[in-house]
Amino acid sequence: MDPVTLLTVVVLAVFVGFEVVSKVSSTLHTPLMSGANAIHGIILIGAITVAGQSLNPWLLTVALIAVVLATANLVGGFVVTDRMLKMFAPRKPAGADAKDAKK
Amino acid sequence: MSLLSPEWTGLLYLVAAVCFILALRGLSSPKTARRGNLIGAAGALLAVVTVFLSARIENIPAILISIAVGSAIAAPVSRRVEMTQMPQLVALFNGVGGGAAALVAMLELGNSGEPWAKVAVVFTMLVGAVSFSGSAVTVGKLQGLISSRPLVFPGLALVMGAIVLVALVAGGFVVATGAALWAVILLAIGLIAGALLVLPVGGADVPIVISLLNAFTGLAVAASGIVLGNLLLVVAGTLVGASGTILTRAMASAMGRGVSGILFGAFKGGSTAGSTTQSDRPVRTSNPEDVAVLLNYAQRVVIVPGYGLAVAQGQHTIAELATTLEARGVEVVFAIHPVAGRMPGHMNVLLAEANVPYESLREMAEVNPEFKNTDVALVVGANDVVNPAAKTSPGSPIYGMPILDVGEARQVVFLKRSMRPGFAGIENELLYDPKTSLLFGDAKDSLTKMLGAVNAL
Repeated sequence: MDPVTLLTVVVLAVFVGFEVVSKVSSTLHTPLMSGANAIHGIILIGAITVAGQSLNPWLLTVALIAVVLATANLVGGFVVTDRMLKMFAPRKPAGADAKDAKK
Repeated sequence: MSLLSPEWTGLLYLVAAVCFILALRGLSSPKTARRGNLIGAAGALLAVVTVFLSARIENIPAILISIAVGSAIAAPVSRRVEMTQMPQLVALFNGVGGGAAALVAMLELGNSGEPWAKVAVVFTMLVGAVSFSGSAVTVGKLQGLISSRPLVFPGLALVMGAIVLVALVAGGFVVATGAALWAVILLAIGLIAGALLVLPVGGADVPIVISLLNAFTGLAVAASGIVLGNLLLVVAGTLVGASGTILTRAMASAMGRGVSGILFGAFKGGSTAGSTTQSDRPVRTSNPEDVAVLLNYAQRVVIVPGYGLAVAQGQHTIAELATTLEARGVEVVFAIHPVAGRMPGHMNVLLAEANVPYESLREMAEVNPEFKNTDVALVVGANDVVNPAAKTSPGSPIYGMPILDVGEARQVVFLKRSMRPGFAGIENELLYDPKTSLLFGDAKDSLTKMLGAVNAL
């Protein structure tokens, strides 16, 4: 891919990132970090790509380690973010659903 | 060979990228946040399926097993981890992501022809490795495996300078020769640099470092996208890099300091090292029963929770206390300092877990003017974020940090473990104020006794 196209994409993504994130309320900064964390776990597709091209067993081993690490990042990130956000669910009357939320 | 044409692959990656943007946008409100996160996860799933269909992938069984292993490790941990330990887990996942990016770039070195692609390889490897080892040290500090005090040794600045120099040389050789040996050296240097970067950071500044390393991993992933020519990686990595940067700056300004001051403060001896000297001036101590009476007959109570509350696992008890008081007609709100807890917004998560409705959480700017009309400010396990020295003594390390003006309330009650100063190691004048009373002990223990006393009234 030619460098100028890549640079264009990078610059536009920076602006989108700034724009989107500056609207996040400070209440949700921890889920934001955790969610952003999950998103960079998408390096998994890079790890799969290199693992899929490795013919040398040593290089394949290194690539598979990368796959394990990236999967842990991706899956763990989304699961933990979901768990946190579940607790921020809007509740109707105060304390009414305190019992089932306890579990 | 592949089932999907490059055009279709590109389009599906675009859909995934949009999912990620929507995931971040969903976080603008607690109402849409969870759905946003699920959209992001769906985007990730789509991208992973796409990569299998888009190119000729060998070793599919081994790859699938690796994915299963990664999921089997991460998912149970994520489900079970205590909310107080959330910062460690986020740092851990961040580190492994950075490590994965560094490995991917290293393996791709042989396939990258153009010099600028090799520069991207070097960048990814270095930043990914820094993020990996830096996060490992962060986890150690948060978990208490490594001292949370800044670790410095004489000549650290010199060592850092030498490392940067060697990294540049090794990076130059990698670009020039593409030799695997230099790549391995570069990786090792990155790992050392990451550890040395985080070790000197004081415990109070660790949340900012997590956020910064998050941005680093994002940038490493973006650069790996340039290496692999994969636009989805470029977009996703850049989004994370940008968001991490914003968050880091917001956090740093909430503490009234620059990011460079936090990272390099210890080199100059100006980080949050602090002293542990104790003053023997008299303070007014109290007991749980008296505090219970005070709270019960107040009209308006503002609770200021700090990390000490989380350490003592007292968030559930304080939530119960707040509910009990509210049932008696006392107006109770929680005042959340932006850096309360161990990562940005950590206290909000802890209180949400304890079922405190987020409507009763107040941000600093919102709550500060209301302290004048507050009968009791109950400070639980917080110190520096209510220390008036931030406003009054220009020589203090925390001078300029925005604080919660609890001193304006009619009565102030501190729940503290001891007279030891907080992370920043600065005396808090407010503790000696005549309208302040102190209740020593474990926060959860004190709160349980107070709750019992309130119920008995």
